[in-house]
Amino acid sequence: MKLTDLFQETASALLVNKSRSGLTILGIVIGIASVIAMVSIGQGAQNSIESNIEALGSNLVIVMPGAQRGPGVTISSGRGSAQSLTLADAEAIKNEINLAQNVEPEVSGRYQITAKGTNTNTQVLGTVAAYPEVRNLQIAEGSFISDQNIRSTAKVAVLGPTVRDDLFGASSTNAIGQTIRIKQINFKVIGITQTKGGSGFNNPDDLIYVPLSTAQQFLAGNSYLSTIAIQAVDQKSMTDLQTQVTTLLLDRHNIADPTLADFSILNQADIVASAATVTNTLTLLLGSIAGISLIVGGIGIMNMMLTSVTERTREIGLRKAIGAKRADINQQFLTEAIMLTFIGGTVGIFLGWLIALGVSHFANLATKVSLTSIILAFGVSALIGIIFGYYPARRAAKLNPIEALRYE
Amino acid sequence: MAEVAASALVAALEEQGRFDDFRAINNMIEVKNVVKTYDTNGILFQALKGVSFEIKNGEFVAIMGPSGSGKSTLMHILGALDTPSSGEYLLDGQNVAQLSDDELADIRKNKIGFIFQSFNLLPRATVLRNVMLPLVYAGIPEEKREEKAKTALQHAGLDESLLYHLSNQLSGGQMQRVAIARALVNDPALILADEPTGNLDTQTGEFVLSTFAKLNVKQKRTIILITHERDVAAHANRIINIRDGAIVKDERVKKP
Repeated sequence: MKLTDLFQETASALLVNKSRSGLTILGIVIGIASVIAMVSIGQGAQNSIESNIEALGSNLVIVMPGAQRGPGVTISSGRGSAQSLTLADAEAIKNEINLAQNVEPEVSGRYQITAKGTNTNTQVLGTVAAYPEVRNLQIAEGSFISDQNIRSTAKVAVLGPTVRDDLFGASSTNAIGQTIRIKQINFKVIGITQTKGGSGFNNPDDLIYVPLSTAQQFLAGNSYLSTIAIQAVDQKSMTDLQTQVTTLLLDRHNIADPTLADFSILNQADIVASAATVTNTLTLLLGSIAGISLIVGGIGIMNMMLTSVTERTREIGLRKAIGAKRADINQQFLTEAIMLTFIGGTVGIFLGWLIALGVSHFANLATKVSLTSIILAFGVSALIGIIFGYYPARRAAKLNPIEALRYE
Repeated sequence: MAEVAASALVAALEEQGRFDDFRAINNMIEVKNVVKTYDTNGILFQALKGVSFEIKNGEFVAIMGPSGSGKSTLMHILGALDTPSSGEYLLDGQNVAQLSDDELADIRKNKIGFIFQSFNLLPRATVLRNVMLPLVYAGIPEEKREEKAKTALQHAGLDESLLYHLSNQLSGGQMQRVAIARALVNDPALILADEPTGNLDTQTGEFVLSTFAKLNVKQKRTIILITHERDVAAHANRIINIRDGAIVKDERVKKP
């Protein structure tokens, strides 16, 4: 039997029962569409989480002060607010560890900020000139804190766009040069950062940056740090960097047992990896739920094909009587099943893509329909046709022509 | 002495003539001691008990017998739908008795045209497509199919205006003529008609049977008609009577 004949036979067989073929195809359409949509949502979530993490800076190892433990007694103070890291630690890391490309110590606190008639309560971050490079921050207007500002403990501030809006109004263009008061001390605004986006506790747009020395001297009143961010020379050396920093700090703090460390170290790669694990699990979960509907669709195909074989028993008998071989009958029914899933797969990919677009548009989650998932969906739908079409086709092919012709 | 020589010559010539005749007419079908045994749950049933006969090329033969006589079993074996338990069946010089399923399918495809009591046309398919169906399996190129189908329909006596009608819109007589055209289309060596008039009224049945007679006379087609009715069988030139799995009578029909 030639391929064109095969397709003609298949098409006419499927068209004879339009509504039944349509409903069977619908099962596959729903299955494939949900796989495509779910996987694209999962991948979109993964991309958005990864890009949010990347936006915080790249190749970062972050040291935070932690619970200080003495023998016998645990003197517990909250992670991040404990006073165990000093500027000297940061300097030591900078000078002694070659893998550290940039070291950026910072101290933070929440204060009431006022400007002419307006006020806000936000995070004030004392930091150094390397901050924009380490944290991937862009300056929109003016300039960031310089080394000179730090040496002279200058009372200057760089505002995040949210703070600028809160203090000077949404569309203000003349914030630079104005004076704000932090903890009753006047600071001159020298720059505005670019919007980074993000939300939650550490919104980089809702921050005020001041020189580290100024923050320690006038705001915090001590010489401790709340964070040391260290940028590795490249991604591969992050783990080594983490180990070296740990060793150095343990040595400096005279702690012999690493489990008693008075600081904690976070590796950005670990954060990305754990976030990726979560989103991968999510994608897998969504994908398998959708996969179940695909299997149900496949069973629908099988059901229809079995019904069709029974209904067309006499036709099969006739075809055999006029010379169709087992292989011919097998091919014909298998092609019908594959055709059903193939049409279902095509429509399903299109529908799934539409759903993904809709989710992007309405749920503000950048979904991504990858070529891999399309190819996978096509492959899976064809495979389902073969798997669920195989048994009915074999049953048709094995029919005895005499009995098939007698079938009522 | 001379007379003896002359008669010997005549005998030799006769011998020679009969031999030529034999070669020219040729046996289309040779059935030798065919036995068919069915085994249902260990109970053996002999449907054919050693049947032997020959059918020559161009004969129009009716196989007649009541139901249960084994005529259907015989038809299935003659039609290469089934193989005998023992014995030989030569169709057009080829032994069909021991072939595999796929080889039997090839025999059916190339040598046999079937006509059934219930027509067995593809529903919701045009007359033309129904007639062309055997050509699809025979691998005849598409451009030749339509021409062959039209010729076959003409020989079967179906009006050309019905060519694109769906098969389930036709009357019984028209349907059977489509089935005859389908049986003819691949130019088979043997046409096998199983109760072709069973679902038709007498008048339409007569027309179908006269079509067979015409095909036999004009195109020299070998036709085997399976029936249980004497009236139907009488249209053939020879009637093989079968009863309880054995041939009871093999007679020529005297045409008026």
